[in-house]
Amino acid sequence: MQVTLRILRFDPAKHERPTWQTYKVEAEPWDRVLDLLHKVKWDQDGTLAFRKSCGHGICGSDAMLINGRNRLACKTLVKDLGNVITVEPIRGLPVEKDLIVDMEPFFAAYRAVKPYLINDEPPPARERLQSPEERERFDHGTKCILCASCTTSCPVFWVNGAYLGPAAIVQAHRFIFDSRDRGKRERFKALGSGSGVWRCRTAYNCTEACPREIPVTQLIEEVKRAILLDRF
Amino acid sequence: MAHRHEVIVVGAGGAGLATALYAAREGADVAVVTKLYPTRSHTGAAQGGIGAALGNVEEDHWEWHMFDTVKGGDYLTDQDAAEVFAKEVIEAVLELEHMGLPFDRLPNGKIAQRRFGGHTKDWGKAPVHRAAHAADRTGHMILQTLYQQCVKHNITFYNEFHVTDVLIEDGVAKGLVAYELATGELHLFQAKAIVIASGGFGRIYKVTSNAYTLTGDLQAILYRKGLPLEDMEFYQFHPTGLYPLGILLTEGARGEGGILRNALGERFMERYAPTIKDLAPRDMVSRAMYLEVREGRGVGPKKDHVLLDLTHLPPEVIEKKLPDITEFSRIYLGVDPLKEPVPVMPTAHYAMGGIPTTLWGQVIKDEKGTVVPGLYAAGEAACVSLHGANRLGTNSLGDLVVFGRRAGIHAARFAKDADYHELTEEHLGESRERIERIKNSTGKEKVAALRAELQQTMMDHASVFRTGELLAKQVEILKELMDRYRLISIDDKGDAYNTELVEALELGYLLEVSEALVHSALNRTESRGAHAREDYPERDDQNWLKHTLAYKVADGKVAFRYKPVVLGRFEPKARTY
Repeated sequence: MQVTLRILRFDPAKHERPTWQTYKVEAEPWDRVLDLLHKVKWDQDGTLAFRKSCGHGICGSDAMLINGRNRLACKTLVKDLGNVITVEPIRGLPVEKDLIVDMEPFFAAYRAVKPYLINDEPPPARERLQSPEERERFDHGTKCILCASCTTSCPVFWVNGAYLGPAAIVQAHRFIFDSRDRGKRERFKALGSGSGVWRCRTAYNCTEACPREIPVTQLIEEVKRAILLDRF
Repeated sequence: MAHRHEVIVVGAGGAGLATALYAAREGADVAVVTKLYPTRSHTGAAQGGIGAALGNVEEDHWEWHMFDTVKGGDYLTDQDAAEVFAKEVIEAVLELEHMGLPFDRLPNGKIAQRRFGGHTKDWGKAPVHRAAHAADRTGHMILQTLYQQCVKHNITFYNEFHVTDVLIEDGVAKGLVAYELATGELHLFQAKAIVIASGGFGRIYKVTSNAYTLTGDLQAILYRKGLPLEDMEFYQFHPTGLYPLGILLTEGARGEGGILRNALGERFMERYAPTIKDLAPRDMVSRAMYLEVREGRGVGPKKDHVLLDLTHLPPEVIEKKLPDITEFSRIYLGVDPLKEPVPVMPTAHYAMGGIPTTLWGQVIKDEKGTVVPGLYAAGEAACVSLHGANRLGTNSLGDLVVFGRRAGIHAARFAKDADYHELTEEHLGESRERIERIKNSTGKEKVAALRAELQQTMMDHASVFRTGELLAKQVEILKELMDRYRLISIDDKGDAYNTELVEALELGYLLEVSEALVHSALNRTESRGAHAREDYPERDDQNWLKHTLAYKVADGKVAFRYKPVVLGRFEPKARTY
């Protein structure tokens, strides 16, 4: 089948603002959108810039807005989109070129929640014990690949770039609910601040956008509750 | 722009991050230069587990793990490396747990373990539960955990910096040149010690589990500079790549009880490895699959693949322990592993060979073990040689933490007593010239077309089965491709995010590592592990119980030297399972 691919292009050296460009490509229904982008880049126009790495939804490099929704290009198939496909960069982060955005603000929020196990007790000679139920408690958050689909689908993040955003809160959740961790109060400082979890308006965009099916909104709500309960 | 750090690590996968972390813990000023963002490296795609004789499910001993590794490597494994590894990987797994890695747990709270190919108890008598795992995203968890620790230790990252040169003068490593993708600027990095942890090069093949970015950059850069690459002929094909894309389906699926079947529904591995069947090492299973297809028992319209059958497993085992691969087969094939078997074929997966190193990750330049001061390598980019002729599943994740840690510690200690070397703008010259040549070229050759030819011909002539005739043909093809590579041109002449330029540079690296691989394979006239020569079907310990060191002399011209295998505890024996 022939697919019309509309891509929002931007090259700071050439364009004042992003402009749409249309390409026709031959595609199979089971092709990934990433395959189509490659057909353009490799056969028609080498100047098209986008990120990619693993090609099967594990590394999180190729999050982009496809037919109006945040998705991974390598995990989205032509058969689920039809024969006109629009591709734009994820929103809310500065566009550097074509589909490539500056990820630094996203990772700054990640670092702000102290995304690492905090436990100063000397570790035992063997592993710290943890029951399967305790392990299950924070399983959702461990699936996060930091693709930024959730954060860049959040209307609050679009208007307020200082908001930590769903991804950072998911990272915090992953440790707050880990039975081995002792650092939740340190994390609550950032999470309970003016740009923390209370900015969330429960729009559910993040949950819909997550390519790993993490119930992001639910995890954000659990973090809110943990902060509230901690005050009593 | 110029930068200086005591220890600079190239690559931010598991090996790079482990190296950086342990070097930082030794007190060194550490930076990581990576062509991706850190959590996007390919370690994140490793699924099934990290093998260590923790003995959490059943009796196990590091000696059994060492034996399995040596036997799995078809006795090309250096036994000193295997011993250090099998002992230290236990400690490494426990340290990862202490860092917060979310392993799956047993009811008693200990780390859960499962079976994996080639891992046995009682010296090969039966499969053993040795692979510590976190669902089927163990690599993802290792990568995330190590990165989290690097954040905690404030390690400096240069993200999306593409290394174009390793500066070695008077036999000493002095620094790096890297191309910043965002700006097109070349940067000079001064270092007391450099650790190469840039991963593998599966993209030389058409069907591969490897990321698009795994192009052997640093192996090729060192090889061009006259340093050797060790045992490049040993390239692993993983038996269960999702047909036809090659996306990996973990061996853990067979560890949990999955069975390979041919078109007749037969469990064909019973014929090839009667004791451990579907849990035989990867080289044996991949060859068995090829033979089934060749003898007409393949599945599908083209009869070119086989099936991985999980339908007899309890649905909760599949959903809980193998969620990601279940999703892959649903998304990419529309096949539900709970209800129907999954089409699979061998997929190019892992380079056993690479940059030769000592047990502390020091890069060596000859068969006598002469080190290049200040230069280290770890992980898949390196060859220590732990994996010998065939790597056992889970031993890559173990390798990167054990030898990443060793390289980090040694590099930091080396850096303490070393001085910085003088570097000037002139050191950028070679990289600048290479980039300008590609940008200014008006040649007619296209990067994508040449790369596709390389990948297809490597698949046809130098994959699971090889013959002298096919390899000789590939030698000629590579020479021609290298000539044509000089005539490539690109559309993008800009400076910001010139990803087309990067792909052009990467194609050059792919050609170099292919050359080292094909020449080494043609040179080795025996069959051992992943290197199966149909014209020399037997293992030949008399002549070939030794490591290959391949040196580039000129394009299409490779010289060989040999290094003895470090033997010890285990005498080479016939390899049956």
